[in-house]
Formats: sequence, structure tokens, C-alpha cells
Amino acid sequence: MKAAPFEYFRASTLAEACAQLAEHGADAKLIAGGQSLVPMMAMRLARPAWLIDIRRLEELQRIESRNDPVSSADDVVSVGAAVRQCVIERDPLARASLPLLGRALKWVGHVQTRNRGTVGGSIVHADPSAEIPLVTCVLDAVLELRDAAGATDVPAREFFLAPMVTAIAPEQCLAEIRFPVWKGARVGSAFEEVSIRQGDFALVSACAQVALDADGKCIRAALGIGGASPFPQALPEIGERLAGTQLDDRTIVDAADAAAKLIDPDGDLHATAAYRRHLARVLVERVLRSAREDVR
Amino acid sequence: MSERLYRVSMLVNAQRREAEVPARLTLVDFLRDTLRLTGTHTGCEHGICGACSVLLDGAPVRSCLIYAVQADGGSVITIEGLARPDGTQGTLQDSFCEAHALQCGFCTPGMIIAAHALLNDNPAPSEAQIREAIGGNLCRCTGYQQIVDAIQLASGKRDGGIA
Repeated sequence: MKAAPFEYFRASTLAEACAQLAEHGADAKLIAGGQSLVPMMAMRLARPAWLIDIRRLEELQRIESRNDPVSSADDVVSVGAAVRQCVIERDPLARASLPLLGRALKWVGHVQTRNRGTVGGSIVHADPSAEIPLVTCVLDAVLELRDAAGATDVPAREFFLAPMVTAIAPEQCLAEIRFPVWKGARVGSAFEEVSIRQGDFALVSACAQVALDADGKCIRAALGIGGASPFPQALPEIGERLAGTQLDDRTIVDAADAAAKLIDPDGDLHATAAYRRHLARVLVERVLRSAREDVR
Repeated sequence: MSERLYRVSMLVNAQRREAEVPARLTLVDFLRDTLRLTGTHTGCEHGICGACSVLLDGAPVRSCLIYAVQADGGSVITIEGLARPDGTQGTLQDSFCEAHALQCGFCTPGMIIAAHALLNDNPAPSEAQIREAIGGNLCRCTGYQQIVDAIQLASGKRDGGIA
């Protein structure tokens, strides 16, 4: 399998990449790690006339804290779109402030693909079972999109529209992902999924992050389900129900039952819709328990 | 139809190699067809099997998922680069023979690259860590147990950085 012919341009600045996109429009594709795009091109599911390489752009490689010491709002950690997944696994700031993202990465592909694949690449590829997009939705991250005219912020929860379809326009480049970091709370997180083999696409995945006060009462919870809908699905209504509870086993089972009713999975060759719904319930229960234990 | 060619220059097994290649030439095809380094195997060509694994700037990657133009300026180590300076097999290669870790041999170069990267990071890995490290490499012959055995064997007798 060989890709169709294309022209290659290595951008030296983000502005230059955006200018190329403005010029070539839908005929161009950005490439960073290429771990999703290159297989698509090998199978000729994608046939861009131009590849614009943004892998080496310093502007897209930063992991930064944007804390606001005065505001009571969440802290923010910004991750450049071209940061490789393996860097997140090792970076001290990402490890300390984005534990849920770190847990998700253990399920992403394999060593060889994480060494090359980027955080932003997984997001714009938008496979409905992908782990990183689910984390962005669950944590309510904000995606900064750039084009020749400037920057636009889009909440992750509004970015994913359908399998491999997002709100990004052909002339836009995902520049950075801003993750909220919960301030001053004891936080626990968990990510679980079921796939046919470890490293394969998830049949269903689920993740959760919870914050407990000193008495063990849940003051905040966020959770979501991947692989069971056309896009990663955050479940803020379940999170709100869990806030104020003791996160006891009964509460968690009820929340998992309610979560499984909020999704509408499709069946396919690999799993029926009923099995996916079953997995969703089991996995939500499991991640809520694990996130609770992760705090204690 | 003539495709535009792009100049690439990279270190391959510590030697400077340069060529003019079409943008769609994958790194594995560059290594095998342009440089005639056929130790790296082409399997699925879409990032599933791991047979084409090489080290790029020290990290194991799939050379079928990288275009040669993207690796311009980089440093690649292939299975040929893991031989001892006198051309004989390295420790990992010996261990694969000793533990019967190959039958058809198709996956072996990729397995050894993955194992080499693991042992560089972690000279004494657990069985679980070994299985994680070769999780992106398919073998259809051995059932993996002898491959795990071979990597454990090599980790016990590794000599100063030469795998």
C-alpha cells in the first residue's frame, strides 16, 4: 500500500503553516506525527495534494502552566498540539497536573506510535474510540485553533461532531489544548477500556476524575464514555449528581446505570450495541471506584 | 508521470546518507529500496505489525508510518546497526537464537529493535515490561514466550551498550 503522490512543505513557523493552508485549502493536510494520517494515506482514504509538516514547530511543542493566583477558577495547563504522546508520559508538569491524561496514554497505541504520535494529532483525527479526545471532553478543555487571520477558541465538548469529523476548518491548525487543573483539592483519576487486544481501538472506554474533601465527601466529579457514541461523550449531568455524595458503592452503581442510559451505541462486527452499553456501565462503575481509591 | 523529488540527508547506522526521493516514499522503502538495507522488514505498511520498527533519534518508531522527507536531518538505527563492530551478531541477536525466539524470522528485526530500545531504558525489565515493550510487534510463529525469554536472557548478559 502506497500513498498517492503529494507535494511536501516543511513549515518553519506556525504563521507559515497557516499561510500554506490558506493557499491550498482542502487540498492540504497538516502532518505532525502522522500516526493516524499516514495509514489513511496508505489506504488512500486520504489523498491530500499537499502535506504541510508542522512537527518541528517550537511554538507547538510547549507544555506550560497558566496559573492565575488571584482567581478562584481552575488553573490551566496548556499543551502544544505537536507535543508527542511519549513526552506527556515523562514531563514533570504534565504528570503532576494532568494525571488523567497520563492514565489515558497507557491505552494509546504502542510504544512505537506514542514516540511519534502527538496530542493534537489524535484530537483532530477524532476517532470516536480515541483516548485523548475523551480526556479533553471530560476535563472540559479548550482547543485553540489558528488560521492566517488569528486564533479561535473552541470547547472540546463542541469540537467533535461525528466519527473523524470535527469543527476545524481546512485552513485552521490546532495550536494548543488548554486543560483545566482542579485547584486545591485531593484529586483522583482513572481510565479503563476494553479492546480485543491491548493497544487496539477500544470497543468502549470510560474515564473519571473526582475531588474529595478532607472528610471524603465528593466535591467535584467529571466522567465520560468513549467508543459508544459517534464522538467522545462527557457526562456532566452525572458528575453533578455525584458532587456532594460520599461516593459510596451504591451511589457509584446508580451513576453507572444512569450513564449507560445516556449513550446510544451502534453495533458492528466487533460488538453489539447491547454489549457496548453493558461495557459502558461496567467501565463507568470501575473508573469511579478506581478514581475514589486513587484519592484515598 | 514524474513526481517532484526532495533531497533528504540523514545518518543511517552512523553513516551520512543522501538521496533525492519522492515525498510519498516511506522511510522503510527508503531504507530497503534506496539504501538496500533489507534487514528492516515491510509487513502491513499501515502501522499494525511493527516489523518495520527502527530507532529514529534513539526512539523506536514504525518506519512505514514516516515519510523519508520527514526523517530528513534525523539519525536512524536499523537492525544492521545493532551488529558488533566486527560484524558478528549482538547480544540480543545471540539470545534470540539461543532461546529459539524466531521461526520464520519476519518479525525478528522489529522485535529486536523494540527490545533494544527497552533494554537501553531499563536494563533489567520485568516480564510485564517486556510484554508491554513488544506489544506493538506481531509474531505469528512463536506465541511470544520464547521472545520474552530471549529478552530476559539478553538483559542478564548485556555487554556495555551493544545489544
